[in-house]
Amino acid sequence: MPTIQALLNRGDYIVTDGAMGTVLFASGLEQGDPPELWNINYPDRVAAVHQAYLEAGAQVLLTNTFGGNRYRLALHNAQDRVEQANQTAAVILRKAVDQSKKEVIVAGDMGPSGEVLTPYGELAFQDAKDGFAEQAAALIAGGVDLIWIETMSDLEEVRAAVEGTREISDEIPIVTTMTFDTHGRTMMGVTPEQAFETLISFNVAALGGNCGNGPEEIIEVITKMTSLDQDTPLVAKANAGIPELVQGKAVYRASPATMADYAVKSYQAGARIIGACCGSTPEHITAISGALAKLT
Amino acid sequence: MSEDIDITKLETPELLELIQDDLYDGLADEVVASVNELLARDMTPYDLLNNGLVAGMEIVGNDFRDGILFVPEVLMAAKSMKAGMRILRPLLIETGAPQTGTLVIGTVKGDIHDIGKNLVAMMMEGAGFTVINLGINTDVDAFLEAIGEHKPDIVGMSAMLTTTMPYMAVVIEALEEQGLRDQLLVLVGGAPLNDAFAEEIRADAYCRDAAVGVETAKKLMAIKRGQPN
Repeated sequence: MPTIQALLNRGDYIVTDGAMGTVLFASGLEQGDPPELWNINYPDRVAAVHQAYLEAGAQVLLTNTFGGNRYRLALHNAQDRVEQANQTAAVILRKAVDQSKKEVIVAGDMGPSGEVLTPYGELAFQDAKDGFAEQAAALIAGGVDLIWIETMSDLEEVRAAVEGTREISDEIPIVTTMTFDTHGRTMMGVTPEQAFETLISFNVAALGGNCGNGPEEIIEVITKMTSLDQDTPLVAKANAGIPELVQGKAVYRASPATMADYAVKSYQAGARIIGACCGSTPEHITAISGALAKLT
Repeated sequence: MSEDIDITKLETPELLELIQDDLYDGLADEVVASVNELLARDMTPYDLLNNGLVAGMEIVGNDFRDGILFVPEVLMAAKSMKAGMRILRPLLIETGAPQTGTLVIGTVKGDIHDIGKNLVAMMMEGAGFTVINLGINTDVDAFLEAIGEHKPDIVGMSAMLTTTMPYMAVVIEALEEQGLRDQLLVLVGGAPLNDAFAEEIRADAYCRDAAVGVETAKKLMAIKRGQPN
């Protein structure tokens, strides 16, 4: 099993995959339907997206489990399918990666609960932790190499996710990225510097930013984190711009060339694990892989 | 900090300012104590609402808009405001105080995101509006039913997903068909939206965040009622 450090020692940077959800819409996912249930209902379509990212040169792939915790699935009355949806997702990705015979990391994706933790909201820390532990257990049982916690805005929720994961496994590496989309901070007011300091204290294998208002925002986050001078690899996974509505359909405007340019700038700013988020496609990742390969 | 203060010794203007500070700091018990003290001094519930709670939440809203406060502080302020409102609401009704307006709000069908929408609901309550929060995944029938029941001045719609925002147009078309559109202000918001989208679907305005939502609602309500802003 490759580790982040092993891949970085060999290649100086790692390319991750891009969007899953917005790509699945192109293969028929209906608005509002949870993508996670497609692991069970349409495993071939999920596998096809993984396959396309493998061919695009991604070395870290994320399972289709972003909203796979009990709180998110409960909104679709699927809270009793956490184990099945997550474990199946891990098996699908594991199989795609093994068949490719490439050295690729299988990352178990965990997004936010969608709730606000106490005292600001209603979700108790312990309940959040239990929910993440349940999801992590299923992902690990399905064979993931690491747990990838992303799009977080609240450091306490990150802590719940990390501690929940640690209840299941002492060793599995954890990567965490937050979304700095509100005046340079997360929605809950966390600065890149605060995030950096706290996430380092959780002994994460890598940390950084994802999602948000397009590439420039993440480059700024990476620049701030780089200035704090630490050895932990930084992750940049930006959206393909801000979506615009064209004749009733959302269009992400950032072209593969724009995202390739962003990838190079992220690298120059200090990011070493680089990919994309909402609105990106395998074409964007191909362009990112190509542009980064020319750098070294 | 304000627990050290004997509020019975404060002048009324100072006490109104204290309410604003305590709202800002999210101190619900302190807000309630000051509200009760001012009521005991025979301040009208209407004046207390506007010069205490609404004025305080306006400061919170402005600092949220400007990136000085973030969601946690706003949620704590809103909780404190609600604690004060629990006392004031029945008294406002009892005294026949003028209504600021009524808002029916929901996250549209297919969309389960409600943090931002709830912030808007809280800030609108903080601005003195009566708010009917329909929650997430709200379809056109639920909007129409609530509009029929509550006769709101404003309908607010929220969407977090690019795939769900087009549903706002479905609701607006239904309002047009039912002949309800002209008597309502329709405000829309959510991460993927913008002004052009609001215009395209014939909403009255796009509101970037909760504070802008309140400002816009107040401004458009004043125009609607023919009052100078």
